[in-house]
Amino acid sequence: MIAPTKPDLVTVNIDGKEIAVPKGTNVIEAARLVGVDVPHYCYHPKLTIVGNCRMCLIEMGMPAVDPATKTPILDPATGKPKINWIPRPQIGCGTNVSPGLHIRTQSPLVKDCREGVMEFLLINHPLDCPICDQAGECKLQEQATGYGRGYSRFVEQKNVKPKRTQLGPRVTLDDERCILCSRCIRFTKEIVKDDVLGFIDRGSHSTLTCYPGKQLANNYSLNTVDICPVGALTSTDFRFKMRVWFLKQTNSIDTESSVGANTVVWSREGTIYRITPRQNDGVNDTWMADSGRERYKQVRAAGRLTTVKVNGNDSSPQIAVNAALHFCKDGGVAVVGSGRSSVEEQWVTKKLADALKATTHLVSRVGPGDGLLVSADRNPNVRGALVTGLIATLPTAKLASLAAAIDAGQIKTVVSVGEDLADAGLTAAQLAKVTIVYLGTHANATSAAAKVVLPTLTVFEKSGTLVNQQFRIQKFTKAVPAPAGATDDLVVLAKLATAAGATVPAAELAAVWKAIATEVPALSTITYANLPETGLLLDATPWAALPFVEGESLHFKPAK
Amino acid sequence: MAVIPVSRKPLTLLERTYLPQIAGGLKTTLKHFFAPKDTMEYPEERPAIPAGYRGVPTLVFDPHGREKCVSCQLCEFVCPPKAIRITPGEIAADAPTAHVEKAPKEFEIDMLRCIYCGLCQEVCPEEAIWLQNVYTTSGYSRAELVNNKQKLYELGGTLPDTHFKWDKKKAAEEGGNAH
Repeated sequence: MIAPTKPDLVTVNIDGKEIAVPKGTNVIEAARLVGVDVPHYCYHPKLTIVGNCRMCLIEMGMPAVDPATKTPILDPATGKPKINWIPRPQIGCGTNVSPGLHIRTQSPLVKDCREGVMEFLLINHPLDCPICDQAGECKLQEQATGYGRGYSRFVEQKNVKPKRTQLGPRVTLDDERCILCSRCIRFTKEIVKDDVLGFIDRGSHSTLTCYPGKQLANNYSLNTVDICPVGALTSTDFRFKMRVWFLKQTNSIDTESSVGANTVVWSREGTIYRITPRQNDGVNDTWMADSGRERYKQVRAAGRLTTVKVNGNDSSPQIAVNAALHFCKDGGVAVVGSGRSSVEEQWVTKKLADALKATTHLVSRVGPGDGLLVSADRNPNVRGALVTGLIATLPTAKLASLAAAIDAGQIKTVVSVGEDLADAGLTAAQLAKVTIVYLGTHANATSAAAKVVLPTLTVFEKSGTLVNQQFRIQKFTKAVPAPAGATDDLVVLAKLATAAGATVPAAELAAVWKAIATEVPALSTITYANLPETGLLLDATPWAALPFVEGESLHFKPAK
Repeated sequence: MAVIPVSRKPLTLLERTYLPQIAGGLKTTLKHFFAPKDTMEYPEERPAIPAGYRGVPTLVFDPHGREKCVSCQLCEFVCPPKAIRITPGEIAADAPTAHVEKAPKEFEIDMLRCIYCGLCQEVCPEEAIWLQNVYTTSGYSRAELVNNKQKLYELGGTLPDTHFKWDKKKAAEEGGNAH
């Protein structure tokens, strides 16, 4: 193994504290490392630096050096090196550290600068926090508490700018609140490469708008809402729905594709209001696709299954499990697992299939990848099925082998874990020919044809892990309680597997992981509790030869 | 403990007749026939409520009939017994108060939970919620004692306004520094 190269470290002095930081770090990031907050608006760690908000002004200086001898000059009063302070403040975001750099972030000059910048930013601001969705997570509000005057000296009339502007299908703009930081412009230009936003007019009349004939309609438009430091850009979906301070944050994973973008689910009293990205520099940086943010709607979607059914009649989970086993006891069983199940569920699905001596199948979902955060493989966890041994080869979109086996009369019962078999290429006649046991969240052709229906949970109502395209195993956590009548997939699968004669631990993550660690070599060191929030990369070499469908995307290059 | 014997003073002849005491009692009784009343015929007659009294919380309109609440939900947040429940909503773009943008779709105060602390009134940035002079609530069911938006405005009525913040905002929008 090659030892990682040591980063080139530079020692700087921030408010009297010495710290060694990598070369090229800017002052805001260096200050963050010593726990000093440098307020800023336009600076964003994942975007280019423009330095136009002037909020991060700091004082800086270098040790004085004798021009003739090149030796440091000592201050006779203290005996320490003399610092030549630059008489004017500098911006922290645009200043990279250099050896011996001294920074002052708390001096009277810096405080004056911050107060001056705040006053300028607020002169044309509408101060309509009571109706602003950003209130509670607004940088302008926060810094106004720290550096605002508390009253306004501005007696002239404020500027009038457009309000309630629809920039695109998902983003609403209030131009009066905009502080012209240009984060949104840089994001669309640099990250999405869809250059639609720009400023028109000059000075305090500058206005954010779309280029004529264009719309902020790309699948990443809602990231501009996340990075907007004020309430100028707001999400049309979340607009006026709930104040952010009521919302509980739960870490989760975006399940729309195998990228596995890290997310935060914001909920209150069992209702999810929005999903935002969570920073993971190895996967999604601080971004996520708009399509993934709408996934919470499936929790309350029409057609949600909430009653256990046996032969079309309401039943109880225990009776349904017994009925399902009764249909499986004569052999000829096929288990259709899912690339959308968690690693734990796939492992128990494998146990169930082994106990029933069933053939296992998986359905692939392939769509166009966008090269950023939506990959071609729309199943979030196909690699989990490979790691747990549920499948050995990559799945196909149509269950051709299962269809052939049904036609040949070899298969009498199909257990489907959330997969719509009609969607996966089975005809109505084939569905009618077999007995179907369906575990799933929403009604579809398969649940309608099934003899046993066991309602299960969406990703927001349970905890588990997923393996993304990088073979990074990441965990998601339960955000809202399950609807009455639906049971955790893991519990249902464990009940089925135990009834079928398999030895499965209690359907609880800690116990399941203990068993997985002993049986799956690739996961031997992992427990659910010790898995870091940013995930853990697994060794992908056993599956390196498989022709995965994903193309290149952010932080991912497919193996040749 | 020491015991101090006290000798009782024997009653005089006048005292033994009891007549002065009866006359004194009758005088007091007779005085109340003519004195102003200390009680009132509640509930037909009600006491005057002093200004600043913390009665039932209500929602109010401004003198132009605009509902003042913008559903910022600060009262819901500050309410110690969690008696307030707001469903925020958007004002339609063609409404006369469209420039306010936000108003409550539903506003409920559970009077079985309310402790009349007045924090909601204190926190309200729009001066929309006021604890006024209504001091009794009664009902036959728990649901009846949850005041909905309509009931809250009925109880609140219109209060004078010194700011007209949103009217000023609209005037600025119409005659402001447009470029």
